[in-house]
Amino acid sequence: MAHKKKVKKYFVKIEPDECKGCERCVNACPKAVLKMGTDLNFMGFPFAYYVGAGCVGCAACFYNCPEPGAITILEESDDTDDSGKEEEEED
Amino acid sequence: MTETTEMKVKYGRPKGFFDIFERRPGAVKKNMHYCPGCGHGIVHKIIAESIADFDIQDRTIMIAPVGCSVFSYYYYDCFGISAPHGRAPAVATGLVRSNPDNIVISYQGDGDLGAIGFNNFIQAANRGENIAVFFVNNGIYGMTGGQMAPTTLPGQKTVTSPLGRSVTNEGYPLKVSEMVAALDAPIYVERVSLSSTKNIMKTRKAIRKAFQNTIDRKGFSMVEILAGCPTNMKFNSREMNEFIENQMQHYFPLGCFKDIADTRDPIKRPEGIYDKQKVKDILYPIKVAKGVSADFKNQSKIFQKERKIKIAGFGGQGVLSLGMMIATMGKLRNFNVTWLPSYGPEMRGGTANCTIITSREKVCSPIVDKLCNLLIVLNQPSMEKFLPELKQNGVLLYDSSTIAPPECGKDKIIYAVKASDIAKKIGSLRCANSVILGALSVVMKDYFLEGKDKKDFDRAFEEAIMDCFANKQNVIQMNIEAFYAGKEAVEGTLTNPHK
Repeated sequence: MAHKKKVKKYFVKIEPDECKGCERCVNACPKAVLKMGTDLNFMGFPFAYYVGAGCVGCAACFYNCPEPGAITILEESDDTDDSGKEEEEED
Repeated sequence: MTETTEMKVKYGRPKGFFDIFERRPGAVKKNMHYCPGCGHGIVHKIIAESIADFDIQDRTIMIAPVGCSVFSYYYYDCFGISAPHGRAPAVATGLVRSNPDNIVISYQGDGDLGAIGFNNFIQAANRGENIAVFFVNNGIYGMTGGQMAPTTLPGQKTVTSPLGRSVTNEGYPLKVSEMVAALDAPIYVERVSLSSTKNIMKTRKAIRKAFQNTIDRKGFSMVEILAGCPTNMKFNSREMNEFIENQMQHYFPLGCFKDIADTRDPIKRPEGIYDKQKVKDILYPIKVAKGVSADFKNQSKIFQKERKIKIAGFGGQGVLSLGMMIATMGKLRNFNVTWLPSYGPEMRGGTANCTIITSREKVCSPIVDKLCNLLIVLNQPSMEKFLPELKQNGVLLYDSSTIAPPECGKDKIIYAVKASDIAKKIGSLRCANSVILGALSVVMKDYFLEGKDKKDFDRAFEEAIMDCFANKQNVIQMNIEAFYAGKEAVEGTLTNPHK
């Protein structure tokens, strides 16, 4: 069988204009792949950014973030595994 | 990397929120109004996610409390109602009782739930209303600038406790979850916290459980969420989490205090009755016989002008029910009547009086301010007090078995009836008021009836007695007997010194 286990890739997207710079995501990230920037967004807050690699899709930053849409966690789409997203708890 | 592979959203903006917060004023339409790092945002996010996941957006009613989260209706794409301060559980009760299909969420803070609205909350919990209460406890009044709340920790400095809360002066923090768990009705009480990712996931689980209980109509669920107010406590988010973890969780231990949802059946309450006639039938099961001729209605001159009647005595003599009988008589004949009782704090033993105004025209005020047309007095002190309030040529009717004949000018028409003595003979002193009513029918005959429709006139009073005692069937006969006795007693021997 040509079934090979593929490691999924995740990506954190932070909307600079929706971040208020509270640093909760930066503190919560177990892999320390989120950092605080020094630029200011249009509200006047510094905002967090993703360093570009290393996200494991644990959603700690998503649930720690008080803003509704500031953090989006993207998952690399896998055509062979299209049954739906897992619903179980993370911890 | 995004250019080469296609990405799909695993966690994103919850569907329970509006995409754009149109209701929020100002330029910022995608963010909430909360301060950076506020716990409300996290709880809102979890609730919005749950609403979308359970697919209950079209029947969820979110009650916005008073506090920072008062603007929650900016954000949730479901129904919303703003309640007065602390009254969210009362509003929720109405919503869920009027339509049990509603999923009602009461989202409250510690000032709203723990202070001003605690009684509303605890009574709703004790009734076991099918609602979910999310209690966000940050130990401080956040919206008003950080004053001490009932849940402020001992020693914690706030604006109104600058030396730190002292338990000797301000008492101990209120442990709401423990108190609610001690009641029988609530089915699910859990305290969770937002101090770490692990605790946030537990919060998510608890909130979803409360939603599930509400959807299953199991009863009252409450989740207490320990949150922080970084702005007012002057912490950054890391310090805030440490404070929750080390101080708040120490005083307010986390955990599930009660979970008996599995042992309870879904709540079934009797359906409300909204039909006016049905309500009337339940309250007044005995129908009053309507045997009055149309002629009577048209020709009757009773109460043709406005008549101001005052009845005074002590509480327990039937002062108010006598007034009610007269008013009912007018009401049954489509007159405009008002009946205004006035009595001291004690229902029995104190002085009582009531005023009745009957008129063909609109009655503008139910108050008889001095000068009445007819005064009925049932005890001596009332005689002394109210006699000066009788108009010139006004009629005074009094119970002469207990009251001495009054001394007044010749411009008053006075009638006396030994009401108490007659009532005692009939069987009960309590029907003295009906004896007076009988006397009144004679007195009023001269006054209003002009000798016509005598029979109907009596029947009108009889109906009024039946209507007033509709739920005390066993006394109706006695009161009608008393009515005729009073009538008979007066008819022959009218005491009218001036005629």
